[in-house]
Amino acid sequence: MAKAKDIVHRHPKDPAALLDVVRDVQAAFGHVPDEAVARIAAHLKLSEAEVRGAVTFYHFFSADPRGASTVYLNDSITSRMKGRAAVAKAFEDEAGCAFGRVSGDGRIGLFPTSCIGMNDQEPSAIVDGVVFTRLTPESARALVRGLREGRPAASQVAELGDGANQSELVRAMVANNIRERGPVLFGAHESGAALRKAVGTTPEKVIEEIKRAGLLGRGGAGFPTGLKWEFCRREKAVERFVVCNADEGEPGTFKDRVILTELPRLLFEGMAVAGYAVGARTGVLYLRSEYAYLRAHLEAALEAMRQDGLLGRAAAGSEGFSFDIVIKSGAGAYICGEESALLESAEGKRGEPRDRPPFPVSSGYRNLPTTVNNVETLATAARILVEGAAWFKAMGTPQSAGTKLLSVSGDCGRPGVYEVEYGLTLAALLEMAGGAGAKAVQVGGPSGTCVAQDGFGRKICFSDLATGGSVIVFGPERDIFEIVGNFMDFFVEESCGWCVPCRAGNVLLKKKLEKVVRGLGTEADLRDLEAWGKLVKATSRCGLGQTSPNPILTTMKSFPELYAAKVRKGEDFVPEFDLEAALRTGCEAAGRRPECKESLHE
Amino acid sequence: MGKPVIATASLAGCFGCHMSILDIDERILRLVELVEFNKSPIDDIKRFTKPADIGLIEGGCSNSENVAVLRDFRKNCRVLVSLGECAVMGGLPALRNSIPLKECLEEAYLNSPTVDPGERVIPNDEDLPVILDKVYPCHEVVKIDCFLPGCPPSADLIWEALTAIIEGRPLNLAYDLIKFD
Repeated sequence: MAKAKDIVHRHPKDPAALLDVVRDVQAAFGHVPDEAVARIAAHLKLSEAEVRGAVTFYHFFSADPRGASTVYLNDSITSRMKGRAAVAKAFEDEAGCAFGRVSGDGRIGLFPTSCIGMNDQEPSAIVDGVVFTRLTPESARALVRGLREGRPAASQVAELGDGANQSELVRAMVANNIRERGPVLFGAHESGAALRKAVGTTPEKVIEEIKRAGLLGRGGAGFPTGLKWEFCRREKAVERFVVCNADEGEPGTFKDRVILTELPRLLFEGMAVAGYAVGARTGVLYLRSEYAYLRAHLEAALEAMRQDGLLGRAAAGSEGFSFDIVIKSGAGAYICGEESALLESAEGKRGEPRDRPPFPVSSGYRNLPTTVNNVETLATAARILVEGAAWFKAMGTPQSAGTKLLSVSGDCGRPGVYEVEYGLTLAALLEMAGGAGAKAVQVGGPSGTCVAQDGFGRKICFSDLATGGSVIVFGPERDIFEIVGNFMDFFVEESCGWCVPCRAGNVLLKKKLEKVVRGLGTEADLRDLEAWGKLVKATSRCGLGQTSPNPILTTMKSFPELYAAKVRKGEDFVPEFDLEAALRTGCEAAGRRPECKESLHE
Repeated sequence: MGKPVIATASLAGCFGCHMSILDIDERILRLVELVEFNKSPIDDIKRFTKPADIGLIEGGCSNSENVAVLRDFRKNCRVLVSLGECAVMGGLPALRNSIPLKECLEEAYLNSPTVDPGERVIPNDEDLPVILDKVYPCHEVVKIDCFLPGCPPSADLIWEALTAIIEGRPLNLAYDLIKFD
């Protein structure tokens, strides 16, 4: 296998290159064979276990063959709502294998994957790195036939999306679906204006301006951005970093994808402003693997900014300030949206969260002070510098200044991104998006809150419904339990496994929920659900386990009557255990009559 | 009220938890003062002769007899306790749960190199209990009131739990009683 050797030796002998090497090997062979593992380990001076650890951690790496062509079909609830089952069946029929397997001829592999950031154009899939949206059974069949005939996935993209999706470097059928252009992100912006303004003053003044604007982190947690920059700047260190979290993995969110597609220069300018503010020379864009199709486009934007003197040495004409940006790719892992897991992954390791403190501002990327900010936050910061804190503060609510970019999907007439002022009610948003009459709205994705109709007067803002941007609308016919079940499956799949309460607790919660849904629950089971949910939240060390029981806990609150109707009243205990079924195989294997009943053998 | 009555059983376990009960050392003399044992391997009483206040179950359910014994305990005990990892989670026996039962039996009785070629047969005597498709933790079969984790739970933990149940007071779990590594 000379080829594996060549691929491995193209990379530096640096453990940090692990994910890049594995990615290339995976692309060349459709999996990471044992021999390659040994070569990678030897080249990077890692143990084989560390290499295998990374291979098995990420969705898009595999130790087993995934087929000459690989279909990753999104398994999110919205995909299901938009007809995933029929599309999946078409894929299976045409490929001749079930999902999770590779066809007999080794040509086609079919695999499910978590939300790929196309929730407004489902069902969608990534096929050999190419995004296919709005799949139908017919287009799925044609796609597989084309792959079998040797037509690469890229050549099968029939119709391109709008805006930069049409550019030569992207050529994607992805639609931006920009429904509402607000003044902050979509306001007219002269490239470089923010950075020139920043370098014309002191870093402290830049931080002061961001603090005055009241900018809170747009990823969902809402930490004050100016404060984060200040903490980072105050750390004494030889080097500091700006890391942009472009790993929006929360099912239902896709707004960063639109920023990366249409406003990459605004984002990079925001990173440069942050770099100037905290005293960093390097910015890292951590790009989720699902958005790898945007990488060439983003690299081109970076190059153009270097040509324009906005990046590189003496950026924006400031002699003392050098700043450049590198892009690091993920490999499919929801957990890497958590900032410390993201840093581990950016360093080429398994994306397992770190213990905090120390927080990234004091010990982040390569254990140096790092500010990790969301895509939207950085783009917004650039706009604040140009227009001023007062302009920004005048929008939104007193505690939640400015606008928020929302990703709206599900049962609504106008799915897409909406830049709206904070304080907007769900009812008003549903009106805009054509989702009136909804039964429930999931705000903030599976880790967020499920709001029933009586809560549609609630507002999108940090003090009420805080959200990273995911808004999924559920129409009157939707089965809440199916939604909750899908969300729990997602967390079971995505838990990194470090904390037992998260690794085991989510499985137990899902099983208990299934018991209740099957009509075998009692009120004690509901109490268990609640108690276990609280336990998982309280004893997991990162945001995944701290929010994963939310689908169950928030629907128990919004739809108590649904749960009450499922459980048996007045019964103390109902087992799921079925003795007859449990004995069947044993009786068959031993050649005994199945009527064999339990008995006390004494 | 007379002395509280205790019953114990080992299902799919290794008797380690029962050894741990005995590990309360000289306190067993106090225990005998405090309680009366009924059905239990400790006194070899085979059938319940009266209802018990506390039932201690070691091991999960791996065969039909385990299920029968467990259900019998549930009927006869006021408070039923899952004692130790195997009762609580299935434990070591449950490692077979990821392998189909048929494969397990074939490996053990038909294909293993140590099986006498003339005796390649899956045991089917009707006096033997029938093995279940997988190992079930006790609380999936009957209602369990208390869970005492550990492999085995330490004698001190068992002592503390028993005395707390008997005295009707909350458990006082010192850190070292529930720290397992």
